[in-house]
Amino acid sequence: MNRYPLWKYLVIAVTLLLSAVYTLPNFYGETPAVQVSSTRQALPVDTNLMQRIEKRLANEKIQANGIFLDGNSLKIRLNDTDTQIKVRDLVQQEIGDNYIVALNLLAASPTWLTQLKAHPMFLGLDLRGGVHFLLEVDMNAAVDKTLERYAGDVRRELRAQKIRYGSLKRHRDNIEISMRDEAELQKVEALVRDKLPNLSLKADESSRILRLSLTEAEMIKIQGDAIRQNITTLHNRVNELGVAEPVIQQSGANRIVVQLPGVQDTAKAKDILGRTATLEVRMVEDEPSKLAEALSGVIPAGYELLDELSAQGSQKILVKREVELTGDNINDAQPGFDENGTAAVHINLDSTGASIFRQVTADNIGKRMAMVLIEKGKGEVVTAPVIRSEIGGGRVQISGSMNAAEASDIALLLRAGSLAAPMNIIEERTVGPSLGKENIEKGFNSTLYGFAAVALFMAIYYRVFGVISVIALACNVLMLVALLSMLQATLTLPGIAAIALTLGMAIDANVLINERVREEVQNGVPPQSAIKAGYEHAWATILDSNITTLIAGLALLIFGSGPVRGFAVVHCLGILTSVFSAVLVSRGIVNLVYGGRRINKLSV
Amino acid sequence: MELFSFKKDIPFMSYGKLTTAISLLTFVLAVVFLLWKGLNLSVEFTGGTVMEVQYQQAANLETIREQVAKVSQGEPTVQSLGTTRDVLIRLQNQNDKSSAQLSNEVLAALKANGSQVELRKVEFVGPQVGEELLTHGLTALSLVIVGIMAYLAMRFEWRFAVSAIIANLHDVIIILGCFAAFQWEFSLTVLAAVLAVLGYSVNESVVVFDRIRENFRKPSMRGRSVAEIIDNAITATMSRTIITHGSTEMMVLAMLLFGGPSLHYFALALTIGIVFGIYSSVLVASPLLMFLGVSRENLIKQPKPKEEAVV
Repeated sequence: MNRYPLWKYLVIAVTLLLSAVYTLPNFYGETPAVQVSSTRQALPVDTNLMQRIEKRLANEKIQANGIFLDGNSLKIRLNDTDTQIKVRDLVQQEIGDNYIVALNLLAASPTWLTQLKAHPMFLGLDLRGGVHFLLEVDMNAAVDKTLERYAGDVRRELRAQKIRYGSLKRHRDNIEISMRDEAELQKVEALVRDKLPNLSLKADESSRILRLSLTEAEMIKIQGDAIRQNITTLHNRVNELGVAEPVIQQSGANRIVVQLPGVQDTAKAKDILGRTATLEVRMVEDEPSKLAEALSGVIPAGYELLDELSAQGSQKILVKREVELTGDNINDAQPGFDENGTAAVHINLDSTGASIFRQVTADNIGKRMAMVLIEKGKGEVVTAPVIRSEIGGGRVQISGSMNAAEASDIALLLRAGSLAAPMNIIEERTVGPSLGKENIEKGFNSTLYGFAAVALFMAIYYRVFGVISVIALACNVLMLVALLSMLQATLTLPGIAAIALTLGMAIDANVLINERVREEVQNGVPPQSAIKAGYEHAWATILDSNITTLIAGLALLIFGSGPVRGFAVVHCLGILTSVFSAVLVSRGIVNLVYGGRRINKLSV
Repeated sequence: MELFSFKKDIPFMSYGKLTTAISLLTFVLAVVFLLWKGLNLSVEFTGGTVMEVQYQQAANLETIREQVAKVSQGEPTVQSLGTTRDVLIRLQNQNDKSSAQLSNEVLAALKANGSQVELRKVEFVGPQVGEELLTHGLTALSLVIVGIMAYLAMRFEWRFAVSAIIANLHDVIIILGCFAAFQWEFSLTVLAAVLAVLGYSVNESVVVFDRIRENFRKPSMRGRSVAEIIDNAITATMSRTIITHGSTEMMVLAMLLFGGPSLHYFALALTIGIVFGIYSSVLVASPLLMFLGVSRENLIKQPKPKEEAVV
């Protein structure tokens, strides 16, 4: 009696072994490292780059503890923080400002663990220090700007078709055109349907007024675009901070979460996130003598020497200071293909922009124009195409020496420079690194002391069965930590509190079992049957009580945000592991200790 | 070792009137405090900025108050946080300044007289987020109530579901009442604790209910009155109740003592919840069950498959 079939022991043993393996990385600590990544597809992080860096490090006689590619980034593991800073500067110097070179900490676990995808738990910002921002994108502004753009388009089309209209007014959520007669009204209707299919039309025949508003689909698209564009812009800015593992993601319909672990200069972080970039269109000076002069250090008045970025590396380019057009006049820039099927960037200008652009292109055929992105007062040429012909109508296409990856980079940079919907910080949490360390320590200590007290009490009160319960409880911790490490769920201070609380609650199942066994023994049931009956009777109760706790945990998980979610994740996982450990593991040990032999007395 | 052994069943049900009176009194008191003083909601709910700074030497709260008042509008609160060196500053949101500016300015003001101050934590919450959190919190609470009631109604009977949930909501109100009475800060983490307690105390009722059901089915219990059966169930589970809650409380106490200020109110809410959890599930839920007229037929009439025999 009270023997498990072999497979059950095997299941328990394998589960515990796996848990031990996946818990292991948490004990190794971290080593300093330098991480190289790139946001532009045209600047890949690949083996070439790795060899370049390896060579440079070898030349400088710096011993790296390992250098490897991990997804889209390159990581260099180092022995101490002094070399870490030295290597960061060296690498930055070697590969230039267009790559992001950041300090990072890598898990110091041995390779065989990393190959098993066993990583330490992912610590939240409250434990490792850093900044968390919640930004809200002003959707009204985005919609407003789109409507403004359409109003311009409509005006331009009407003018192009030589249709006379009374007035064109922009209201908060529609455009109102009053016409002189009905025939004209119908003409306009047909025109809008044909040229601007994203607008919904409502004609008032009697007063000859046409109202144009955005369709539902268009609204959704605008909001999606506004969020995406802001996320891209944020990515670019965060990269400048040199954060190793930034989190930038959409949260809800119009919000963006930014998490910057390890950032200590929060004022600078906020400053950089809140900055706006501008885009300027300027003419390029290609006269060789002037360029040579500028390269030799004498820059002619009214000119500026800027870098042009491309996959081949950066190139100096002489640009006039005079600004022809700014990003304000750019409505959109998208990567695509031209009629020959080669990669291209399509730019859409508003009406003012279109007319200026027509003039500029007409005057400068055969010359190059530069799209300059200006951030923190520093200009950078995104692209400098040659003007082939006069371009009217506000639809510009840049194509030629670029591949699809470069086209999407350029479109992204152009969009970053044109105005996106404004964002506001609506929530901020900053935790200093020292507080983070303290939080870990306090959380760990309280769990440890609590566990020790419970263990001591259980061992005294239930003797052998108590010790077994404590072992089961320890297995519970092991499994919970392993599960958290495996899932890479973010562990926060409330999460640590949840571990402690879960342990406190998990002991309930063992108490139920032990009390039941004791009761059966007192009722005169023989030991082996008492064990069996005790576990069986307790099972229904354990199930019921854990399910009700789980219901509360799930509700927290669904509706909780921030600290509550961190608590809920651990709490829910803990309930699952505690049922397993209290029922299967503890019974397994009891069976090993007492099962299959004659016993006269139970130590309970 | 055995601490709690009861030779005879304790006649809990005959104390019904007394316990109901105690419950009503504490409940009314809690509600009065909630209405009178209200909860001291944290910035997460109200919106605002909280800064935690650490001084090298003991901090002078008066000076800090003056320094902060210079750069902020409204009424800033400045209080020490556990030690004399740790200071908590709470600021109202200002329309003309972003939280980033505000916290930077305050820090600059604190450093103006040459004190060594380290910024430990900043939390800023805009007004729109606060409202949302409150609604989400209330939604979570109702979801827990509905979920637990549905489960208990399915597993036992509606009378069990109703009395369990009333008993445990009574705990929740008392926790909230304590937070209102002492003006302890009610944060999101405390809300998590309250909901966890709700799930946890229902456990307690479930354990007693399980016993009551078992007793109703036992041939040896036939002929006993409902009150006697409930008394027996409570007495039989009494030892387990105290030990489990004691163990959980040991963990919580460790958090309260060693967890630092971040976990203080969390642990406090749990402590109150656990203490009242014992009381309410034994002395509130069970009398309610009697009051709702539970009988042997409620549980026996619908024979269930023996699911508890499956391990």
